[in-house]
Amino acid sequence: MQLTNRAKQVSNKEMTLAEKMYLPAVVSGLAITIKHFFRKKPTIQYPEVKKYLGPIYRGHHILKRDEQGRERCTACGLCAVACPAEAISMVAAEREKGEESLYREEKYAAVYEINMLRCIFCGLCEEACPKQAVYLRHDQMVPVFLERDEVIYGKDRLVEKMDDRYIRKNSEVKTTPTEPSLTRSAT
Amino acid sequence: MALPILLTKGLIILVIFGISLLIATYSTYAERKVAAFLQDRIGPNRAGPWGLLQPIADAGKLFFKEDFIPSQASKWLFILGPSLAMFTALMSSAVIPFGDSIRFMWDNVRYDINVQGIEINIGVLYIFGVVSLGVYGVMVGGWASNNKFSLLGAIRAASQNISYEIALGLSIITILMMTGSLSVRQIVNEQASFFEWNVFTQPLGFIIFLTCSFAECNRTPFDLPECETELVGGYHTEYSSMKLGLYLFSEYINMFVSSAFISALYFGGFHYPFMNEVNGALENSLGAITGHNLATALGFLVFFGKILFFIFFFMWVRWTLPRFRYDQLMNLGWKIFIPLSILNVVITGAGLLYNFKYSSWLIAIVMIVLAVTSQAKAPKQQVVPQRS
Repeated sequence: MQLTNRAKQVSNKEMTLAEKMYLPAVVSGLAITIKHFFRKKPTIQYPEVKKYLGPIYRGHHILKRDEQGRERCTACGLCAVACPAEAISMVAAEREKGEESLYREEKYAAVYEINMLRCIFCGLCEEACPKQAVYLRHDQMVPVFLERDEVIYGKDRLVEKMDDRYIRKNSEVKTTPTEPSLTRSAT
Repeated sequence: MALPILLTKGLIILVIFGISLLIATYSTYAERKVAAFLQDRIGPNRAGPWGLLQPIADAGKLFFKEDFIPSQASKWLFILGPSLAMFTALMSSAVIPFGDSIRFMWDNVRYDINVQGIEINIGVLYIFGVVSLGVYGVMVGGWASNNKFSLLGAIRAASQNISYEIALGLSIITILMMTGSLSVRQIVNEQASFFEWNVFTQPLGFIIFLTCSFAECNRTPFDLPECETELVGGYHTEYSSMKLGLYLFSEYINMFVSSAFISALYFGGFHYPFMNEVNGALENSLGAITGHNLATALGFLVFFGKILFFIFFFMWVRWTLPRFRYDQLMNLGWKIFIPLSILNVVITGAGLLYNFKYSSWLIAIVMIVLAVTSQAKAPKQQVVPQRS
């Protein structure tokens, strides 16, 4: 059985005079490279142009709110248990009177932190969550960080903004990327 | 010498020097760009628009790196090495005729100043004298480093340069025979009409000259002096910062000078097809002075076009062909190029005896016929049946 049909028998035969003269082979080599010179480059200019990575790409984490703006997370800790890299940590708190518009259920995460240096973007937290509160955005990557204290993402950077809600109905839907630079290449 | 002549001459030298250095500098950028394009990449594009400030960034980086001299090296020779390489590379550009002449009136006397560093009637000899000094830069650098690998690299470089210089000199002798002069300007002026360009009368000499220039510039496929796999870098293993930069930069100046010589000796220098008609029309319509100067400028541009093409060709070959093995390199130099160029000299001499300029084609035709027949006689490559 062969993996490809491009295999060639190697021979050690004497070279003909034309081959010994080098020049024909040199010229044909030059012809091949000059064809590549004029070829369209497949490179994507990454930081300026970003490619649409598909509906199942796992990027930036997000803590969902529901339609009325209440946080869905109940700090059950299943995501932290499921996380193989142990990147997630949280502190639970009890909802008090007057906070019903903020949190969906009686228990909520007072602190919810993801260590982006540890996270391997496997998506197990997303699968483990019974409340559909944590998602990995398919349209946005975690930005580059240069300082160590930028590494741990708290609720300020994880909870979604109500004016820019992350919607992913099903994996077939190709939503418009929300990052401005993404829209340029989303053809 | 009258003052205006001196001033014009100084201006010409300044302009030529500036343009040469600029082209050499931007060759480093062009090299990376051409390499990228030949390999379906994009190349430097971060510094400035399209990466045009890249050479400046590279130079800045080289200046700020540690200037290291090994403690066991002989210090002064170590410093002398790169400067020698640079010096010889720059020297040889003095005799290239970059253009026809600049014409002006002064005190009712008409002056014609050649666009050339210096017009000497032993130009070709001068070139070979200076170019063969270039190997000292490499040798001194390799020796002074006090490093076995550098020394090996330097010796390889020296033996390579010497063996290819002989073929280089022999291949150019045919041109000297046809021109009857050692002056580069004279050789260029002999090629005024298109079909008298030496590349058409001396195809074999051209191919040998071209290949030997590659070897002289230490460019791929003949860049044996620097070989990371065998020599940990070559003659400049111990060099750092701007000293290494000078070595690398002198390679680019060498490339520029070689391209200039190839275009001057084989491609008619500043001549181009229908040049006499164009120049005549310019002089008739704009006067003998302005028209002539414009024609000179046009020839200057044409010459630089040719140079740029050959620089591109050097890069094109570099990113196409792999490095030669050292014994193959020596075989090619001593056993093939030297006999071939001697044969070329003999045949050209015989042709000149009977006033036939194109006799060099005889060898070329014989070689093509031999190649074709050997190819026809060769057993066809067996098509091995594929097992399924």
